[in-house]
Amino acid sequence: MKKLINSPDTVLDDALAGVAAAHPTLKVDLEARIITRAGGPSVGKVALISGGGSGHEPLHGGFVGPGMLHAACPGEVFTSPVPDQMLAAAQAADGGAGVVFVVKNYTGDVLNFEMAAELAGDDGIEVATVLVDDDVAVKDSTWTAGRRGTGATVFVEKIAGALAEQGADLASVAEIGRRVNAASRSFAVALSPCTTPAAGKPGFELAEDEMEVGVGIHGEPGRSREKLEPAAAIVARSLDAIFADQPLAAGEETIVMVNGLGGTPLIELYVAYADVAKYFAERGVRIARNLVGNYITSLEMAGASFTVCKADEQMLALWDAPVNTPALRWGA
Amino acid sequence: MDIHQTRTWVRSIAAAMDQHKDHLTQLDSAIGDADHGVNMQRGFTAVVAALDGYEPAGVGDVLVKTGTTLISKVGGAAGPLYGTFFRATGKQLTGPVADAEQLAAAFDAGLAGVQKLGAAVLGDKTMVDALAPALEAFGAAARAGEDEATAAEKAAAAAETGAKDTIPLQARKGRASYLGSRSIGHQDPGATSAALIFRTLAEVLKP
Repeated sequence: MKKLINSPDTVLDDALAGVAAAHPTLKVDLEARIITRAGGPSVGKVALISGGGSGHEPLHGGFVGPGMLHAACPGEVFTSPVPDQMLAAAQAADGGAGVVFVVKNYTGDVLNFEMAAELAGDDGIEVATVLVDDDVAVKDSTWTAGRRGTGATVFVEKIAGALAEQGADLASVAEIGRRVNAASRSFAVALSPCTTPAAGKPGFELAEDEMEVGVGIHGEPGRSREKLEPAAAIVARSLDAIFADQPLAAGEETIVMVNGLGGTPLIELYVAYADVAKYFAERGVRIARNLVGNYITSLEMAGASFTVCKADEQMLALWDAPVNTPALRWGA
Repeated sequence: MDIHQTRTWVRSIAAAMDQHKDHLTQLDSAIGDADHGVNMQRGFTAVVAALDGYEPAGVGDVLVKTGTTLISKVGGAAGPLYGTFFRATGKQLTGPVADAEQLAAAFDAGLAGVQKLGAAVLGDKTMVDALAPALEAFGAAARAGEDEATAAEKAAAAAETGAKDTIPLQARKGRASYLGSRSIGHQDPGATSAALIFRTLAEVLKP
């Protein structure tokens, strides 16, 4: 294992210290392990709170700031945070109008956030939960834990965060978050595995000419292993899966993200985006807004995820609203 | 089982998780995200620290403290699930000593808590596949008038068989379920750690 760390045991604490030192707009509580806005709660406004295992940076801490999250709870690498963290975040971020938990659909995240919602409720904080489950690689059936939450998390946090910033009430903020999730689909392909600092070994092994199709964001194996393909074929395979699950007609508007999993350079993401744009153009489906970059990563895994949100006018307007966070900033 | 034995059990679980950390993580890297051993070790190390200087009034207090600490320290699915198992078990045991029948009833409450939270049933390839047969064996022994040491030995054997029997199963809960049929052929890490917990109990109670 070759990593830029001091010790596998202190990766999270050391990284949080770095986040604190780098971003004066954030307040990092190293004891409670929460990241909040330096300005404190917004009185009378709903606070959006998210969290999950670490190793997906900039998600979630990099999205804390005006127009997006109010607080983030980072767990150990690839391990969901604990209820105490989420409760501390709710107490620190609640401006009196309640909090929305944005939860990626993984058993651990769901269980811990459920417990935290109970604790926060006992504390007099109103909680609504938005569950993100956009990964079409997983069949949503009684035979699985349901679809994983992946790229759509970024869209949910941006759009619901914008509505919260405008002063909407708890039910409305949660409702737009759920609508964005329902309108979004993702699919990912890995070209190399990743290694958690604690395990020291990759989660799976891939030969030079192989790729892992339908992966999540935790270094776990995907749905199938295939021979490596050119970018255009990987893009077509991924978008075919997305379009098969949610058909999009000519003239419809979308927000599209080509996201690097951590070990793929931007030049390759742009290669992929060219193929994405061509795929959409051939079908007459509009990409109204896009993101190309590393937004929800899986440590040093090479590969990309593709997320498509079928966006309505309200979603696009909220997408364009000002946002000022370490990882996403415009109009501010 | 008295308070001292209960403490020893929990400390022995910590030692067992320390010893089997790499094996659990290796099982988890095949069908999960390679952190089960690390998380269990971190959790039970925190439990041992929390029990230091703690003065329990009953057997149950030790287990409730264990569960509460696991919930606050572990994260993932294992934290809330094992935390709930120990908390729900402990809440049933108010006295300074628990006999085999009291333990059997308390463990059943623990499993009920786990299943309510995680919604897993037998055959889903989870910790339930070790816990359920273990408790069945423990309960049967207790009802037959056996002491807790014998019951625990039977429970440990049943848990180990249950854990091995997860190998041909396709996961239907948790992160391994994302793999579909590719989860077949691997032993479930959660069922394996559950078997370790009962093997440890049998060793601690062995006369």
